Amino acid sequence: MNPFTIHKGLVAPLDAMHVDTDQIIPKQFLKRIERTGYEDVLFFDWRYLDDGKTPNPEFEMNAPRYQGASILLARDNFGCGSSREHAPWALFDYGIRSIIAPSFADIFFNNCFNNGMLPIRLSADLVEELFQQTRAAEGYSLEINLPGQKIIRPDGSAISFEITPFLKQRLLNGWDQIGLTLRYEDAITAYEEKRAAARNA
Amino acid sequence: MKKNIYQKIWEAHLVCEPEGEDAILYIDRHYIHEVTSPQAFEGLRLSDRKVRRPDLTYATMDHNIPTTDRSLPIADILSRAQVETLKKNCAQFNIECFDMFDPRNGIVHVVGPELGLTQPGMTIVCGDSHTSTHGAFGALAHGIGTSEVEHVLATQTLRQKASKTMEVRINGTLPPGITSKDIVLAIIGKIGTSGGTGYVIEYTGEAIRNLSMEARMTICNMSIEAGARAGLISPDDTTIAFLKGRAMLPKDRSFEALAEEWKQWASDPGCSYDTLVELNAEDIEPQVSWGTSPEMVGGISGTTPVLADVADVNKRHAYGKALEYMGLEEGMPLQSIAIDTVFIGSCTNGRIEDLREAAKVLRGYKKADSVQRALIVPGSQAVKRQAEEEGLDRVFRDAGFEWRESGCSMCLAMNDDKLAPGERCASTSNRNFEGRQGKGGRTHLVSPAMAAAAAVKGVFTDIRNWKYQD
Ligand code: SF4
Repeated sequence: MNPFTIHKGLVAPLDAMHVDTDQIIPKQFLKRIERTGYEDVLFFDWRYLDDGKTPNPEFEMNAPRYQGASILLARDNFGCGSSREHAPWALFDYGIRSIIAPSFADIFFNNCFNNGMLPIRLSADLVEELFQQTRAAEGYSLEINLPGQKIIRPDGSAISFEITPFLKQRLLNGWDQIGLTLRYEDAITAYEEKRAAARNA
Repeated sequence: MKKNIYQKIWEAHLVCEPEGEDAILYIDRHYIHEVTSPQAFEGLRLSDRKVRRPDLTYATMDHNIPTTDRSLPIADILSRAQVETLKKNCAQFNIECFDMFDPRNGIVHVVGPELGLTQPGMTIVCGDSHTSTHGAFGALAHGIGTSEVEHVLATQTLRQKASKTMEVRINGTLPPGITSKDIVLAIIGKIGTSGGTGYVIEYTGEAIRNLSMEARMTICNMSIEAGARAGLISPDDTTIAFLKGRAMLPKDRSFEALAEEWKQWASDPGCSYDTLVELNAEDIEPQVSWGTSPEMVGGISGTTPVLADVADVNKRHAYGKALEYMGLEEGMPLQSIAIDTVFIGSCTNGRIEDLREAAKVLRGYKKADSVQRALIVPGSQAVKRQAEEEGLDRVFRDAGFEWRESGCSMCLAMNDDKLAPGERCASTSNRNFEGRQGKGGRTHLVSPAMAAAAAVKGVFTDIRNWKYQD
């Protein structure tokens, strides 16, 4: 997994509450057995007209000014619904590296960290402010500084954010979680032995 | 100290809590299915890792498989490849797989409990958000992503931070006609789809104690729709009676010894939780969802919302968009909504008791002519056999329903069972998201009895006034 340290990128708004993983990537694209190649099907039903090819002009992210965005601005409860990791895969393949929202669904939130993406929770008021600033200024970009836990706006002002030390370290180092856990393999074996002994007692 | 069930299970499964890292929690049971596992197995191969405990891992096929004639090859090439990939992976890593032709096949959350693989006090995971279903047995069960599936396969553990706990207490006795589906929809209507985020829910109270295991599974199943990763119910005599005689219980101890152990997991009387939500069973009406999120739901005597009455601006916007997508007007009585299709099935309401309830309503009736399609999809092959033994399939066929093989089917419309744009469906599944049952499809979540009654009337109707023909 690639480390996430400091990321500067264009911001795109997705103005809807409760964006569920069925919207992020509809089920017909879950039949593949690969982990990559989902960039064109992100937000499929919103992004394209009924022919499944022509970009929907009504979908805000389709505007030319948001092309190449790597930071997604969203509303409450982003990523709710199914546990499909295809949702963060599709966002990542599209180029998104960080998502800012007032709240996230638990499973989606976890899935992001396993793919080197940083979901950031900010207050609803701050998110609203960022929505307004993003729409007001074409080319609006943010710099996300994970070591310093802050978001730096174009005017230089900073917003700080919370993250647990463990998740922060994992992203900063791009650690493979399985490798990290296998360092405690002895403890796992000891646990299994202890349980087996208790059962046979 | 008095402990709740979540605290007991958490402590008993802690492998270790390395300094500055999330805890390592041991996993007793890992279920896998065809859609969220292929990339996990591929990951294992790429890093040359093994499955640590194939004996604790079970696979089934459910999301992608046809519910029509199974003797034919699966027409969709990608679906077929995914199903075959699961079979190959299970063979390579020595995992037992209930494939399409296995009599034990069915939806993962129906199969685990009916085989007795799901037991009180266990930690259970699956790459599927409705793993919360297994919480009905007093197990800590939740959905995980594919990277975590790979993690569990390789280590038999999961990295976790302890959750907060929420007690959802349902007081009193459930009025006739009200089911556990109505309870859980009413809960979600009250706390919202993110009300349970960060929490594990325990459902308590007299109304919950009086529910059957099937009904308890329906409630725990939809915990995820309230934002909670897991929802559980302390085991009691009902739990134990359900498990008695199940095919895949441990063989090294007597059932009495197992039952004794299981009971110990129940929350201690007087234990505490981080927060409490209370509902009175008497106040719960039959529920019908009207929008595109399970929290957009109301009692059958009510109406769709009037936007001017919605104070919060983001919510008003979301409601407006939902009504537009659903093709509904503001302030419309729910009983005036006419449907095209009925789907009875899924891991929420595809168990034998659900089919019995639907059959009870349908006996002696036919679906309305305006209802073009009515499907019954049993949750598992065992449910299908049982229903046929009881003659329920005949009741459904006589009422104009199609009787199918088991699977996820129109719950997520990954196979051929899907809605056309604009088609309106009374569905016993769990998600009314845009396009969930097919692009442009409109889903109304209801109980099996309400779905059956809607099939007969062609519109939603109050099941409390139903004239049963015995
Ligand atoms: S029935 Fe629906 S909710 Fe349940 S596992 Fe299948 S697709 Fe998921």
